[in-house]
Amino acid sequence: MDRGGKAGLRLSYGGLLAALALVIACLFAAGLCVGPVAIPPGRAFAALFGADAGPYSVILRDIRLPRAILGAVVGASLGLSGAALQGLLRNPLAEPALIGTSSSAALGAVIALYYGFAAMFPLALPLFAIAGAVISILLLFGLAGRTPGVLTIILAGVALSSLAGALISIAINLSPDPHSALEIVFWLMGSLSNVSMRHAALALPFSLAGWAMLLSCGRALDALTLGEDTAASLGVSLTRLRYSLIVGTALAVGAGVAVAGSIGFIGLIVPHILRPLVGHRPGRLLAASALGGAALLLAADIGVRLISTDPEFKLGVLTAVIGAPFFLVLVLNTRRHAP
Amino acid sequence: MTTILPVPPPAGFSVENLAVSLSGRPVLRGIDLALGGAGVTGLIGPNGAGKTTLLKTMMGFLPPAAGEARFGGQALAAWEPQALARRVGYLAQGSPCSWPMSVERVVAIGRTPHLSRFGRPGAADAAAVERAMAATGVAHLRRRPVTDLSGGERVRVMLARALAGCPEVLLADEPVAGLDPHYQLQVMETLRDFAAEGRGVVVVLHDLTLAARFCARLVLLHGGRVMADGTPEEVLTPGLLEAAYGVTVHVGRHGGGLYVLPWEVSGGSGLRAAV
Repeated sequence: MDRGGKAGLRLSYGGLLAALALVIACLFAAGLCVGPVAIPPGRAFAALFGADAGPYSVILRDIRLPRAILGAVVGASLGLSGAALQGLLRNPLAEPALIGTSSSAALGAVIALYYGFAAMFPLALPLFAIAGAVISILLLFGLAGRTPGVLTIILAGVALSSLAGALISIAINLSPDPHSALEIVFWLMGSLSNVSMRHAALALPFSLAGWAMLLSCGRALDALTLGEDTAASLGVSLTRLRYSLIVGTALAVGAGVAVAGSIGFIGLIVPHILRPLVGHRPGRLLAASALGGAALLLAADIGVRLISTDPEFKLGVLTAVIGAPFFLVLVLNTRRHAP
Repeated sequence: MTTILPVPPPAGFSVENLAVSLSGRPVLRGIDLALGGAGVTGLIGPNGAGKTTLLKTMMGFLPPAAGEARFGGQALAAWEPQALARRVGYLAQGSPCSWPMSVERVVAIGRTPHLSRFGRPGAADAAAVERAMAATGVAHLRRRPVTDLSGGERVRVMLARALAGCPEVLLADEPVAGLDPHYQLQVMETLRDFAAEGRGVVVVLHDLTLAARFCARLVLLHGGRVMADGTPEEVLTPGLLEAAYGVTVHVGRHGGGLYVLPWEVSGGSGLRAAV
């Protein structure tokens, strides 16, 4: 059964991270070339770094590059926060969208848009989204307790998502301008098709801060595997751990939702696939899931361009169409293994 | 055990006039104890007597309603958590493990207090993990997922995890609950060997014969108070045990040690008299 050591097909942790980084690099490059205007890789490189300001250069610098950067950043945030929440709740079904964090962040962003805060100062959008995410995670803890079971998490998540969804619906319902209502609806579906470098500059600092907080929790999450008391007996400060994970997830997810809307299931699928490859260690799963999330979202964003419908297929819709059945299978497996 | 590390005498815990309430209900009252000196100390008493509560208060998991728990003469809150974790180990009741991690990795989690936030485990950490797995006889299981193991194997893995931290004092909450006689004896022998290195072990036990055989000192808790504190000879008397547990016992001798056989509920009634 067991090959032992690093023999056979086993990939070392460093090897796994390197392989994922290589996949990201390839998908990033592919993302620059694929789109309504196909750009050959050789020309793309020249147009991106050369002095030439032809049409290829404009497409790459103003459209495809910010899109690829944000695809990687938002994907990494979703993968990483999924892994972190699963480690904290010790449950493979936790995910920023499923537990209502994404929709609450979206509610925050909608409030910023609806009341014109975002027009007054651009930072309002990510800040409101982050605030929405923080509130939702605090509510989840309040509703579900510290060591919630599968059912409690899902129910609390459903309650929070429904509440945020209802409040967003009110905003859309009462919107005086049908055009802006439609804009909110499309934005909520999750997409990277209209992002600019300005969006990237807005989301990146918050995302990086969130990543730093989440990645610093690895050892504590490993200890938490053995229960809260044991973790505390090993010198882990549970209060500090929860605080870091809540704020870190809110920063990363909030910033991502603010620019790309709500994109679900990345944080569920990626940690699930990678967990066996890191020996089920929650700490090591963090960095691996960040890279895996970036790769998966870049791939999905290339996917929506290849499907080539008009209007473009929304990214959040694609991840949901693939992710929801995956989630169902996961629920069935979890029920089978832990009745 | 091939290497016996020199260990300074354990500083130990002291509690003075300790009272603890759980959701408003007083569980411990007026406890004065010094615990965790070298050797194995058994914490015995009926269900609900406050044994686990006492351990958790000494670990700082529960806040005292009155009094204070100290370690090494210093209040728990004044300790830097990681510094305290290097000196005090804790073995929780049951053996929770949320992910199917391998035995080796679970045992290695015991080294957490000795590592910095991002530091990598070194040779000393690997050696401590190996020593702990050898002491508990789980080295051959090292690549098995903990979640696939039998109850007895799992308890020994968790014990190895606690030993791997090389604490001066180990607090173990019912480590032999639910184990067959072979594993019960094996776990108690491991704890005795660990204490023989000059460390302190405080162990919650329900099996009075194991308590008599493996503990140098027994503390009998009843109704949230210390009912008796002394050698097994002094504590395991039919009178005290009947008062504490509401059962008549047969206390016998085998070799140099005592054995205790709970025989029947006192007064012939199936219900323990309310005290």
